[in-house]
Amino acid sequence: MSSTFSDHSSATLVAPHLLDDTHHEHHHETFISKYVFSMDHKMIAKQFLVTGIFWAVLGGLMSVLFRLQLGYPDASFPWLEDILGKWAKGGHITPEAYYALVTTHGTVLVFFVLTAGLSGTFANFLIPLQIGARDMASPFMNMLSFWFFFLAGLVMLSSIFVETGPFSGGWTAYPPLSALREASPGSKSGMDLWIISMALFVVSSLLGGLNYIATVLNMRTKGMSMTRLPLTIWALFFTAVLGVLSFPVLFSGFILLIFDRNFGTSFYLSDIYVNGVGALPNEGGSAILYQHLFWFLGHPEVYIILLPAMGMVSEILSTNARKPIFGYMAMIGSMFAIAILAFLVWAHHMFVTGLNPFLGSIFVLLTLLIAVPSAIKVFNWLTTLWRGNIRFTPGMLFSIGFVSLFISGGLTGIWLGNSALDIHLHDTYFVIAHFHIVMGVASMFGMFAGIYHWYPKMFGRYLNNTLAYIHFWITFLGAYLIFWPMHYEGLAGMPRRYYDYSIWESFKQFSDLNRFISTVAMIVFAVQLLFIANFFYSMFKGRKLLTQNPWNSNTLEWTTPINPGHGNWEGDIPEVYRWAYDYGKDGTEFISQVTPIGSSESTH
Amino acid sequence: MAVISTTLPSEKLWTGGKSPFNVEYGKLMMWYFLMSDAFTFGAFLISYGTIRFSSNGWPDPNEVFRSFPLAPEGIHAPLVFVSIMTFILIISSVTMVLAVHEGHKMNKSGVVNNLILTIIGGIAFLSCQAWEWSHLYSEGAWWGSNPFLNADGSQSSTNFTNYFFTITGFHGFHVLSGVVINIVMLIMTLLDKFEQRGHYLMIEKAGLYWHFVDLVWVFVFTCFYLI
Repeated sequence: MSSTFSDHSSATLVAPHLLDDTHHEHHHETFISKYVFSMDHKMIAKQFLVTGIFWAVLGGLMSVLFRLQLGYPDASFPWLEDILGKWAKGGHITPEAYYALVTTHGTVLVFFVLTAGLSGTFANFLIPLQIGARDMASPFMNMLSFWFFFLAGLVMLSSIFVETGPFSGGWTAYPPLSALREASPGSKSGMDLWIISMALFVVSSLLGGLNYIATVLNMRTKGMSMTRLPLTIWALFFTAVLGVLSFPVLFSGFILLIFDRNFGTSFYLSDIYVNGVGALPNEGGSAILYQHLFWFLGHPEVYIILLPAMGMVSEILSTNARKPIFGYMAMIGSMFAIAILAFLVWAHHMFVTGLNPFLGSIFVLLTLLIAVPSAIKVFNWLTTLWRGNIRFTPGMLFSIGFVSLFISGGLTGIWLGNSALDIHLHDTYFVIAHFHIVMGVASMFGMFAGIYHWYPKMFGRYLNNTLAYIHFWITFLGAYLIFWPMHYEGLAGMPRRYYDYSIWESFKQFSDLNRFISTVAMIVFAVQLLFIANFFYSMFKGRKLLTQNPWNSNTLEWTTPINPGHGNWEGDIPEVYRWAYDYGKDGTEFISQVTPIGSSESTH
Repeated sequence: MAVISTTLPSEKLWTGGKSPFNVEYGKLMMWYFLMSDAFTFGAFLISYGTIRFSSNGWPDPNEVFRSFPLAPEGIHAPLVFVSIMTFILIISSVTMVLAVHEGHKMNKSGVVNNLILTIIGGIAFLSCQAWEWSHLYSEGAWWGSNPFLNADGSQSSTNFTNYFFTITGFHGFHVLSGVVINIVMLIMTLLDKFEQRGHYLMIEKAGLYWHFVDLVWVFVFTCFYLI
């Protein structure tokens, strides 16, 4: 930054949306411009959410199908042949279909649901509303971000219908399985579509992330200093930074993979013999190289998934405990620490690849260091709840559930972060249990918490509470019943990614347990359908909101009209005078961020 | 930085209602995009380094890149042609700086002239790259095929050419995008778009991208031609 800025700074000091204080409701909107190619951040958020729900149902259904195989390996289900055709001949899911289901389940849940569906929805919805902006920095890029995601989804969906089936080499797409067409049916055109879909997804994520960062930094309303931001915004900001810096590395990895697949290169290939084809000419590449490139994204990716949930949970816990968040600055600091460490631990996914043990020990150290900021966050959440005047709204229940799951799953992370223990635990059901609880289900709970909490702001109506409580308790108990037993299976050495365990003498003892897990998985899946019914029913028939601020919350989104138009506030954007967490201060139940500091008020 | 901090106390910059960095959002996005792109190239070059240092040998760039257009057969002029290419690209960065500078002065004809020079520089670089690629191709080099021996005379893996074509190709694609962006900027300037807006900020953002692409070339050049 030099003096060159001074020439034109008067024209550029203020972002265009801040200059323009008239609201935008008057211009005519067609169905297409309002619901399809919308540039309103709130509509784009809903588009992300509904698309995310679609993928969650599909990805969840896939898990039910492969749990059916794992729970009932001997049974035959003729209806499976009706829906899957040749992939379930005689009512048995074929091994190829099983691996395709597992792979697509992982890809879809990690990227489409918990990345796009979670931060796409809530970054779009909450950033402008909570920082006091009329829209994103670039609404057009925001719209493009959704449509690239949509396109990525279309390509992924089409891969399910190609003759050789979708990609089946696991969501990590390790070569040589992913690089050689001859390696498996799923590595043929299914993998081409998978990689195209993922490339489109990277573009979508980049467009979104750049927008979120620029909006948070540049477009905060007057008085909204960085340390007055709600923790949701800090979390979404760090998420965006992680995405912008880690997805490009995955993209490089994918480009090399595309060359290996299509143009005869050997970036990842060396000394390979394929049955029926013979020895391949590829020399000098390294399959491990791909793993480095993949996990350099892959590990930040788990924080891309987790941080938005952490942010929303912090906000919802504080609002519904009617207490200020405990350790606001420590929360920001620990999220910052997590964001930095996220880039320095990727090789803990590769302890058993032949990694130098000395290098491994450094990655152990850095991995275990993450326990420090994670523990700070957990204790801050617990102390926020401590002696709070808790309102058990559905959003609050899911937030508390998130904290519970994060603790349970986080503790097993300490086991897995040890390279010595990892020799025994890697690639077992212990890993499955760990990452599903700490990242998958926990973030899903954060997402549910966010949906229940901000649904009134999104649609001007409430979700049905009774259905919400049923949804919470069955999902919460079900999540533990599904994943807790997997720890035992994993400790006993039961490996992941196998089609049928009944032929293994050592794992026969788990056949009842597997059936139990599968049964619970089906029940939990059915309850999610109940949630979706609630979601769409309440959109049209739910109890109407009568007040702007149903949760008596301090943040800015609740100062907008019940159904805000494009531009969010009628008249001027409110000015902010305080942080977001003045709950129970000086005997006042809550003080909105837009209330000026009173003369007799104590400082915090 | 000094200019800003003396006129505006730093605590006021972050209080909301204005950009803390004194830039509009587009430039901020461009900076973050360039960081992102730096990671893409970083990943490529680190992959290249990893594979190269785990290989038993590598071709000698002085032997591979030793010709230039219309040169007699068998000439030994190591790195002459690529030096010219690099020089062209660096000069195009200079003309870009001048275009941005003229934009600050709201001097339309100065912007137009320097943008045209930058575009010519970009096209010249791409043409040089096209010649070099076709020359290597005529020698039998391509993705998956490497006619060059290691410096010690032993058989080389194909990864020398694999990485060369992928990374210089990816960089060339960036240069091509930059030329297209600069052409769009030129057309917008000629149509008086920036005169109407009252500032030439878009030229500055295009300039950031262009300089970044040039900077990346310095690393690509070092990794493939010098080391």
